[in-house]
Amino acid sequence: MRRFKPNTEVDFVVIGSGAAGAVMAKELALAGFSVVILEQGGWGAYGHEQDYIKDELLHMYSQDPVNRLMSDPNRQRNTFRRNDEEKAVPGTHSYGCVVGGGTVTYGASSWRHLPYEFTEATHEGTIAGSGLADWPITYEELEPYYTKAEWQIGISGQRVDSPFFSPMSKDYPVPPLPQKSSGALLRIAAAKLGLTVVPNVAAIVTRPYQGRAACVNCGMCGGYGCQVKAKSSSAVTLLPAAVATGRCEIRVLSYVREISLAGNGKVSGAVYFDAQNKEIFQKAKAVVLCANGTETPRLLLLSKSKSFPDGLANSSGLVGKYLMSGNACTASGLFDRPLEEYKGAVTGAAILDFVPSDPKRGFYGGGRMTARGQESPIQYGLSGPHGAPNWGSGYKTALKEQANRKLTITNFITQLPVETNRVDLDPEVKDAWGLPAMRITTTSHANDFKSMEFFRQKSLEILKAAGAATVWADPVADSTGGAHSRGTCRMGNDPKNSVVNKFHRAHDVPNLFIVDGSSFVTGGRNHPTMTISALAFRAADALVRAACSGDLSARI
Amino acid sequence: MEKHEAANVAGPICADDSLPSRRAFLATSVAAVAAAWIAADWPGVVAAGEYAEQAQQTARSGRQVTLAVFSDAQAAELDAVVSQIIPTDDTPGAHEAGVVYFIDRSVATFLSSSRAIYMHGFDELQAKTAQMFPGSNKFSALNSTQQIQILTAMETTPFFKMLRDHTVIGMFASPQHGGNYRKAGWKLIGFENTLNFTPPFGYYDAAP
Repeated sequence: MRRFKPNTEVDFVVIGSGAAGAVMAKELALAGFSVVILEQGGWGAYGHEQDYIKDELLHMYSQDPVNRLMSDPNRQRNTFRRNDEEKAVPGTHSYGCVVGGGTVTYGASSWRHLPYEFTEATHEGTIAGSGLADWPITYEELEPYYTKAEWQIGISGQRVDSPFFSPMSKDYPVPPLPQKSSGALLRIAAAKLGLTVVPNVAAIVTRPYQGRAACVNCGMCGGYGCQVKAKSSSAVTLLPAAVATGRCEIRVLSYVREISLAGNGKVSGAVYFDAQNKEIFQKAKAVVLCANGTETPRLLLLSKSKSFPDGLANSSGLVGKYLMSGNACTASGLFDRPLEEYKGAVTGAAILDFVPSDPKRGFYGGGRMTARGQESPIQYGLSGPHGAPNWGSGYKTALKEQANRKLTITNFITQLPVETNRVDLDPEVKDAWGLPAMRITTTSHANDFKSMEFFRQKSLEILKAAGAATVWADPVADSTGGAHSRGTCRMGNDPKNSVVNKFHRAHDVPNLFIVDGSSFVTGGRNHPTMTISALAFRAADALVRAACSGDLSARI
Repeated sequence: MEKHEAANVAGPICADDSLPSRRAFLATSVAAVAAAWIAADWPGVVAAGEYAEQAQQTARSGRQVTLAVFSDAQAAELDAVVSQIIPTDDTPGAHEAGVVYFIDRSVATFLSSSRAIYMHGFDELQAKTAQMFPGSNKFSALNSTQQIQILTAMETTPFFKMLRDHTVIGMFASPQHGGNYRKAGWKLIGFENTLNFTPPFGYYDAAP
């Protein structure tokens, strides 16, 4: 791997190596530019993926910053509160934190947004108490980049001719994952209720693809690194391609604390702490910020200067606001025969009929219903069988009787952008590097609770129709943060009510580009990764054209 | 039907380990652990693995295995409690799965922060035993009904809640961590530890 000296001015510093950062680095390096990726996590098993250990206990208790794959709320400290009247308490927000970011450990669902999801304000009108707005780009503008992302990353799925399925200019590169028992049961229910079931669309290859092996259905998937490289994470797809150009360096354990502003109103690089906590300044002609929907706004808020006393690129005051951290709800049922859901990928199938909002329901909101029942042994034992004591002979008998017979429907649901839901800096708590910790303030809109309750009831109905002997669902609960965070540097045409333009350039800073979930105007149905990847390919295309013209601010 | 299938599952274990003494169980279970230790760098859990390695060598040399954290008396009390959390019936329970051994080496290493709660917990257990059954000071000496009464009274204590979770983890974690002896936990819930499955996976995706 090519290495650059920090005092050498590289063309681009890319902060973060996940779904967005890897795309940006790869496209920029391939176009001939020098790139340094600053990644706060470690290497993981990059390049020796067979060493990813499928051990549930190690997975639960791994605390080593070099080997853990998710951020550690004890180091990347964060606080949480429901509203401004509360004092924030220590939070549990965590996200992918390793070379490849969240794509190393995610469940790999890779849904496109529907065309309708880019213009929901036009369709739904104003919703009081929300900042629902149209995106400055259309589905048609993004479609070629969805296709590009699907083929470069390696997505499995089955194109379906349905109003609930996004139109595609090209099929998925590999066929869908095998149908699991959960999928078969959803089909039984769907046949009775007239619903549309499709295999999950996943960043997991089901055939050998671009030198990677097909999925072996090991089942230790969500939360784990993939031993056979079938999961199409950035770390086995885009990043090796970026490094192979000889123009891209991935610098791990590099915790950025500030994006530096030069006297000319442009950014000049980034200051980070290395593994030894030494402060280093990496010089660059431009900065591409891809640190995720919560760390991206935090880093901008940390980068205060005379020109930007409220944080870099924040003349709109919207950096960190409109946080959508992700709403979901679940319902479960027990069936007479074993499903063996612990085998295979996390999600087997999805019901799409309720993705669009429908005024007949009496509220705004939609969601994707997915079939999941996967529980590894410790997880199953700790959460315990349904309706049974949690120790003793009743516990043991129920453990045995219910084993492998559960189907859970997990619903990925809309969350309205609300201005007061936000990421900002905690006034008291510091992270392990002595910087102000991230503070999350969020309460979902009343419509979101109605949506969650709708999906809760609908899930119970579907489970019964599928033949479940027993069904249950916990009361719906508001989100508390998480890896799907979006909306905190929303894109738009007007600098007064958005942070980046439609090509992800910060309105306020000509050589700062912000590309990740933070750019989302609306949240979609809480399956953000594919849209993050597509946005990044589109942003990279524009950025390469501008950079080739020699003037980053001229063309986009 | 259920019973018949379960008996088959339990067969290999109960055949040669029926009612082992505590000492015998410790010796046999250490011989089973850590044979294929593959962990890389996780310091705490690796330390636990090294400890298991030493214990295994000790057991093989015929010497008595020394527990790292608990005294023999404490281990006997602990074994009685975990045996109520996941009891032995027609299939192995926490006792046969070597959960005490798992907890001992976990608390010696990566769960060391739990040590104080355990030590305080033994006092609580003894006090509760003496309070509910005057004249007794050993939980393990009581009959099963009495033991269940005591644990029911202690259900909401931090000690019991933690011990319940550690028992479950010891039952279902990979055998290389010292519990789940001969995959007793995995057999109980029909978990097959293979990294390569071919569809159909379950009954419903196999059905026509």
